[in-house]
Amino acid sequence: MRNLAAASHEEDSIPSTNQPPVLELRHIRKAFAGVVALEDATLTLHSAQVHALVGENGAGKSTLIKVLAGVHTPDAGQILQYGRPVQFHNPAQARDAGVAVIYQEPTLFPDLSVAENIFMGRHPIDSRTRRVRWIALYAEVRALLLQVGLDLDPRERVRGLSVADQQLVEVAKALSLKARILVMDEPTAALTPSEVERLFAIVRRLRGQGVAVVFIGHRLDEIFVLADQITVLRDGVGLGTWPAAELTTDQVIALMVGRDLKTLYEKAPATPGAVSLRVENLRRQGVFEGISFSVRSGEIVGLAGLVGAGRTEVARAIFGIDKLDSGKVWLKEQAVHFASARSAVRAGLAYVPEDRQSQGLVLPLPISQNITLPLLREMARGGFLRPARERAVSQDYANRLRLRARSVRQAVRELSGGNQQKVVISKWLATRPIVLILDEPTRGIDVGAKAEVHRLMGELAAGGLAILMISSDLPEILAMSDRILTMREGRLVGEFDRIDATPVRVMAAAAGQPAALGVGA
Amino acid sequence: MSVAAPGRRFTMDRRRLVNTVARFREFGILLVLLLLVVITAIGNHNFLSSTNIEGIALDTAILVILAIGETVVILTRNIDLSVGAVLGFSALFVGVVLKVHPGIPVPIALLLGAAVGLLFGLGNGLLVAFGEVPAIIATLGTLGIYRGLIFVYSTGSNQHEITASDLPNNFLALATQTFLGVKLFLIIPVLLILAAGYWLGQTQSGREMYAVGGNSTAARLAGINSRRTVLLAFALSGALAGLGGVLYLARYAQVDTLAGNGMELNVIAAVVIGGTSTLGGVGGVLGTLIGCVLLSVINNSLVLLTDPGSAQFWSRAVYGLVILGAVVADALITGRLQRALRRRRA
Repeated sequence: MRNLAAASHEEDSIPSTNQPPVLELRHIRKAFAGVVALEDATLTLHSAQVHALVGENGAGKSTLIKVLAGVHTPDAGQILQYGRPVQFHNPAQARDAGVAVIYQEPTLFPDLSVAENIFMGRHPIDSRTRRVRWIALYAEVRALLLQVGLDLDPRERVRGLSVADQQLVEVAKALSLKARILVMDEPTAALTPSEVERLFAIVRRLRGQGVAVVFIGHRLDEIFVLADQITVLRDGVGLGTWPAAELTTDQVIALMVGRDLKTLYEKAPATPGAVSLRVENLRRQGVFEGISFSVRSGEIVGLAGLVGAGRTEVARAIFGIDKLDSGKVWLKEQAVHFASARSAVRAGLAYVPEDRQSQGLVLPLPISQNITLPLLREMARGGFLRPARERAVSQDYANRLRLRARSVRQAVRELSGGNQQKVVISKWLATRPIVLILDEPTRGIDVGAKAEVHRLMGELAAGGLAILMISSDLPEILAMSDRILTMREGRLVGEFDRIDATPVRVMAAAAGQPAALGVGA
Repeated sequence: MSVAAPGRRFTMDRRRLVNTVARFREFGILLVLLLLVVITAIGNHNFLSSTNIEGIALDTAILVILAIGETVVILTRNIDLSVGAVLGFSALFVGVVLKVHPGIPVPIALLLGAAVGLLFGLGNGLLVAFGEVPAIIATLGTLGIYRGLIFVYSTGSNQHEITASDLPNNFLALATQTFLGVKLFLIIPVLLILAAGYWLGQTQSGREMYAVGGNSTAARLAGINSRRTVLLAFALSGALAGLGGVLYLARYAQVDTLAGNGMELNVIAAVVIGGTSTLGGVGGVLGTLIGCVLLSVINNSLVLLTDPGSAQFWSRAVYGLVILGAVVADALITGRLQRALRRRRA
């Protein structure tokens, strides 16, 4: 009895540094149909540490964690658990070994309850009737939800939850698995700063409980706040692991991209021209109201605010996707009213949506056909498309935007997130718009691609385009905007000139009272 | 904060109400059904007579049995177009077996039909789950193959038709005998609905059907064997269609090579009207039951409300229109609920 207690106590205590790592991936190689995704990657995970995995899109981060999760079996290399070789042939085996993964795309069942999402495949079962023990299930889930700070009915369907809440449901699932290794693939991409803080608090608590956390992210500031160790991947090769304290942001970026790169592109101050877009008193019942602003030619106006403040909804309504209940829109001082996106495009408006994969691209089609999609009429002669012309036009944009692809015939599906975003932007530039609305233009793309998108925006504005940029990335808003508008709960609550805008002032406006920043949401 | 508190409490109450109604997805279609019953009952007083109601029930019974299996298949984001053909084969096959061996007990005949259907269902399931053929193509193919096998079998056994005189009396009694005042025939679908409802709603393997159809990637990551789950769904659908074939034989006592021809469309219509999404992961057998009853009531009210001479020409068109109307009404009601759900999150 005493021995047992002593043993369990030892397991609970914080492990000493010379304990073997919880899990080690050694010299992992993985190729898909001849394309090498991972050449030689090594990852060593210790309990009670947060381990950041960084690299550009396409560096192999996702492949590496899928090997860790048992989704992919490596072609070469070793997996060691507490120093003993193991093999994960499927996700269930990795899960049983204590690995829980929170993927970039939530892997939830939208029409099932929160409780079932957490315990799918592991329902508590009455051994006699084989019935699911719902009461026990709900009680357990309620306790888990409390641990991640979610005040939800376990029976609530997942479909209606915010992205942040869905992510916390995933964390609760990981907790329910008693995971010793928790992998989070870009968990903060869709979160507001206060949601990020809430998530980080939970991650730190898990670390305190001895969990080894693998954190994948693009926002380096977050990584330095959270990580104990940083591993850098480039082109499928692990460059090494360093204690976070021994690295600087610039060093990490240099390692990731293999060249020196200015962290953030700074837009040159604009000399705005005539007003290109003006809106007055836009209102959509229960979504937003009293929205008035203008964007001048050559100007980038940043629209800041928390997720759910109604920014995307305003853009969609201006663009004719959603109906306006009242309000007026002028394009080049001409009153316009768009009943459909089609008429908005014809009038010279372009809108690059937030979710590029589902709303902006036809993934299986080649780059050329994606870019020329809004221009089919111009691409055709006598009703037949001319592929050579499609390729010529798209090649022109591909060059201008420095698209990295084998050729414009390559399917968009195969491109990295940053390059996909460039294809979407090309597509809309091909319509030669007067006003370009960009919704979260650099969400989920790596630093290198981000800087290029920013440079491109600067060039477009300098060429006379009026740009309205919706972004939840505060540094991006501050660096790129000539003017900043802030929305909160469906209303415009602040306007700042480039010179007056500070992170604190913009955030305070977006979040309302400083007190509202903390709990709840 | 204190000012906001009562408002929040109000939202919480409304939230619970909306949630409860939203969780009962069949609500909209049940309203449509009730409306149709009221209209028909006002138009023709015979509608609510016990004979007519029993007629509707008997019409619905076989449809329900096939629709239960179809529901499970559609829940996994697949479709089974072969159920009518399986029913036809099973009906003729069991009929011939009973003609040759009249001494076979009724339960064995039922099991035999289910077993034949199970084999066909496994064929579908193997094609879809392991052959990775899209379900609509795979079962369109097997629909032709199984229908063809009926002809092969009837030619081989030299039995092109089974009539009442070929069947033993104790078997025919299946459709007429009562138990505690209820037709024995009706007890089978009721038991099956209860069993399927319990399985889908209350057991792990049942819940996994929803998981696989709702998000197959997530299901795989949760350690669920998707292939086995899909195979099971098709096997069940086949077995139930086979069982339905035996009941078809008992009820109509008249089976030829075209039995059940085109029935898959009614079955799928009933399932979809009953709120099971063709996109998978949403629905259940309670809705399917309502969908089946709705289809039978529409059929019945067309007969009762139209004058018998003219009905022939346009009754199919009206049938189609009423189905569309029912689906639209359901969509409107459900849409309204969902908007209410969204509003409360804003």
